[in-house]
Amino acid sequence: MSLLEINHIKKSFDGVEVLKDISLKVNEGEVLAIIGPSGSGKSTLLRCATDLEIPDGGEIHYKGRFGLVFQNFNLFPHFSVMKNITDAPLKVQKRGKEEVLKEARALLKKMGLEDKENAYPYQLSGGQQQRVSIARALAMNPQILFFDEPTSALDPELTGEILKVIKDLASENMTMVIVTHEMNFAKHVADHIIFMDKGVIAEQGTPEEVFSSDNTRMKEFLGKLSKEQ
Amino acid sequence: MKISIMAMISQLSGGMIGTIGIFFATLLFSLPLGLLVAFGRMSKIKIIQWIAKVYISIMRGTPLMLQLMVVYFGPYYIFKIQISASYRLGAVLIAFAINYAAYFAEIYRGGIESMPVGQYEAAGLLGYSKGQTFFRIIFPQVIKRILPSVTNEVITLVKDTSLAFAIAYAEMFTTAKQIASAQTSIIPLMAAGIFYYIFNLVVAVVMESLEKKLNYYK
Ligand SMILES: Nc1ncnc2c1ncn2[C@@H]1O[C@H](COP(=O)(O)OP(=O)(O)OP(=O)(O)O)[C@@H](O)[C@H]1O
Ligand SMILES: [Mg+2]
Repeated sequence: MSLLEINHIKKSFDGVEVLKDISLKVNEGEVLAIIGPSGSGKSTLLRCATDLEIPDGGEIHYKGRFGLVFQNFNLFPHFSVMKNITDAPLKVQKRGKEEVLKEARALLKKMGLEDKENAYPYQLSGGQQQRVSIARALAMNPQILFFDEPTSALDPELTGEILKVIKDLASENMTMVIVTHEMNFAKHVADHIIFMDKGVIAEQGTPEEVFSSDNTRMKEFLGKLSKEQ
Repeated sequence: MKISIMAMISQLSGGMIGTIGIFFATLLFSLPLGLLVAFGRMSKIKIIQWIAKVYISIMRGTPLMLQLMVVYFGPYYIFKIQISASYRLGAVLIAFAINYAAYFAEIYRGGIESMPVGQYEAAGLLGYSKGQTFFRIIFPQVIKRILPSVTNEVITLVKDTSLAFAIAYAEMFTTAKQIASAQTSIIPLMAAGIFYYIFNLVVAVVMESLEKKLNYYK
């Protein structure tokens, strides 16, 4: 069953076409990784999929709720960790306090943040803040979770802890769409990879298919990355 | 007839109550009104935006003392409505509230516009309504950001209350001036000066502790 279906969406900024006729499907339990060079439209695609941008054309269908984890966390600085996680379930979903608190504590435990429930975001490391933001998104019980470069704002030594959390979610069959520059991670965690270039899907398939592709842009992209490392 | 210092002080205390009254009533009305004006100023509807802009520009571009007189004498000069002495307090409050609302509106606007768009996006994705987003997420952070500018205005307000003397409202300065000329004594004016100074010291302490209270997050 597909939880998300995007059909022929287009998006331009100031006359420049950033997304040119993009279609994709995400099935339940699937992890989709979106890779591609800077400026290729990955974030714009994700922002269209999560209603933060309105596409100029095409359609988007969802089943159920979705959550988004931002590159720069966007935690609410005036709320404690606990309140960041519980406020929306309580005030938006109007769920019972006990149930929400219990679930939030379980999420914090899962994120290795049991001892941080009363801390404020500024008191946490980037990696911890990102884990709180993942917990905040999960507390809404989304059917799909979107990530836009969840590790790019982090120091390299903190990247691993976030990737581990996402890997764990994948093993619990959480449906996820992840924009990432971490090729190894995409290779190992994704069921399906989309390679974007200049606003189009230039290549897609299983990790094996994509990483062994003959597509020149894809090869060029991977070549550049390996030179950087 | 010369009166004792004690008698002076007891007369001055009437003025003191007048000043403190103007001060709190002005804040009570102008802080919410200012937020409303700020919304108008940021409205997507051009005509509302324009009205708010003109309003702010007039309130900030003309003397408060003149505004006070227009509010007080306007009904009589324009509509020939007989004004009673009891309208004095009403006129003072109206003039101060609409004047200070304009200043607060610009402070609110600066604070609101300084908020990163990510806060709105995160709130929107979590399903908060527009009102919830503003009052739960945005506004509390705006308060922290604008508190130093608000403090400046509040300190100015303490001193501005003395402008009510323009329509002879019996606040501290009006009263002190009356006693001073009747008694040909500088003491009432000095006492008034000390009163304003102490009032502002208290305001500064209160605002500082408010700022400290909001320092629990960054
Ligand atoms: N709000 C906007 N207004 C104008 N142009 C925009 C806007 N958002 C994105 N763009 C442009 O659209 C293009 C695609 O941007 P996008 O952020 O989607 O790329 P990306 O693939 O996510 O890149 P990166 O890997 O650097 O994050 C870029 O050229 C960018 O400048
Ligand atoms: Mg991006």
